[in-house]
Amino acid sequence: MLNTKLRAEHEKLGASFTEFGGWEMPVRYGSDLDEHHTVRNGCGLFDISHMAEIRVTGSAEDFLDFALISKLSEIEVGRAKYTMICNDQGGIIDDLIVYRLDQDEFMIVANAGNHHQVVEALKQRLENFPDTQVVDESGIWSLIAMQGPKTNQILGSLVDVDLTELKYYSIAAARISDQDVFLARTGYTGEDGFEIFVAGDPSKIWQLLVAQDGVEPCGLACRDTLRLEAGMPLYGHELGIDYTPFSANLGKVIRFDKDQFVGKQALESSKHPDHRLFGLAGQGRRAARADYEIFLPGEDVAIGKVTSGALSPTLQEPIAMAMLQVDQGLEVGSEVEADVRGTRVPYKIVQLPFYKRER
Amino acid sequence: MANPADRKYTKEHEWVLVEGDVATVGITKYAADALGEIVYVDLPKVGSNAAHMKICGEIESTKSVGELYAPMDGEIVEVNSALDQAPDQVNDDPFGDGWLIKIRYTSLPDLLSASEYDALVGE
Repeated sequence: MLNTKLRAEHEKLGASFTEFGGWEMPVRYGSDLDEHHTVRNGCGLFDISHMAEIRVTGSAEDFLDFALISKLSEIEVGRAKYTMICNDQGGIIDDLIVYRLDQDEFMIVANAGNHHQVVEALKQRLENFPDTQVVDESGIWSLIAMQGPKTNQILGSLVDVDLTELKYYSIAAARISDQDVFLARTGYTGEDGFEIFVAGDPSKIWQLLVAQDGVEPCGLACRDTLRLEAGMPLYGHELGIDYTPFSANLGKVIRFDKDQFVGKQALESSKHPDHRLFGLAGQGRRAARADYEIFLPGEDVAIGKVTSGALSPTLQEPIAMAMLQVDQGLEVGSEVEADVRGTRVPYKIVQLPFYKRER
Repeated sequence: MANPADRKYTKEHEWVLVEGDVATVGITKYAADALGEIVYVDLPKVGSNAAHMKICGEIESTKSVGELYAPMDGEIVEVNSALDQAPDQVNDDPFGDGWLIKIRYTSLPDLLSASEYDALVGE
């Protein structure tokens, strides 16, 4: 099991730990519900150093347009893009955020659990790109996410850049506590916030940030309920090697106007999957969880399964995402039932996301 | 928090406090911490039968579901209905206000002492 460079800091703060993607990560420091609300209303600090960082340099544009499903050549220096890497069958190897650091320099952030698969796939795809380098820098970088409506104000006083100038899905070099970092306005919580890339020892920056008034350390438990409320997919739940982006309603991420990219042919014939992702909302306090079956009311044959589900801390009702058959005529308002450990619990199809912050 | 010595424990991380012919049952601090913040508690009906090691309730946190096993045979004589409104009492005071059920028991199985339970959870 791997530990991040911030392990000792988490222990000092009384964290409980859980295994995630081969790493031992803080799951909560106190109450995961309090941590959830802190991010929705204030500012939460997450260690997400388990995420993988892969730098692509040289003739990087053409390579990434070939290796990934989006058009990375289109984004400007200092901007970021949500995308995916697929296999020849159109199956999702991972979902990624790609940051353009310079004309010929990109940073890819991949999920911890897919770290090696992504590096491996990228290196295989280098064959016709002799002038491109793919370097796995995961061991170098720590990643700290600071998320919530008060983040801008709190972090703004600690860095040497004007955060109001840094747009959503942008990245810039900055200094915090005399250390060089990259600051990216990205996140996985549905709130405004920043992800801070730190090379070397991140402890001083973590200590500085967590000591600020209104900042609370937050674990992976609330990160999961936050991203679920925001309708964001999690690899292994809403995304996987047996799904294409269309299953997760993310077909728009694919750029078919590119001449060639890995998975293009397969994806062109996958536009109408049998199952796709729906949002479900229930009543009461009993939540359908991952893998629970979904039925049309009173029917015996399941039409799909929940991929993620919880009692929403913000909305105070059970919410779920579910991969359901598309030929059942389901639309917003349709009634379905979840089998919650032997009891049928009513749910309705709702629009995703469940929660959207005010802007 | 230490596991109180005034009561017995099960390997399923429940505590049992016997007073006369009634046993009060809850989950330990260790179990409550492992579950995370508890958001819903499903308890058996008063008057229903409890059977040793059979599931008689559920404890849900945001992240997971824990099962409540009846630690003995008997009849459910009271449940902690305050938990309907305040399930987080199980986290805040697992050995006190966070109790779950009371069983009028017909027989008592072998249970762990506090020190045996300490050893089980590595305290």
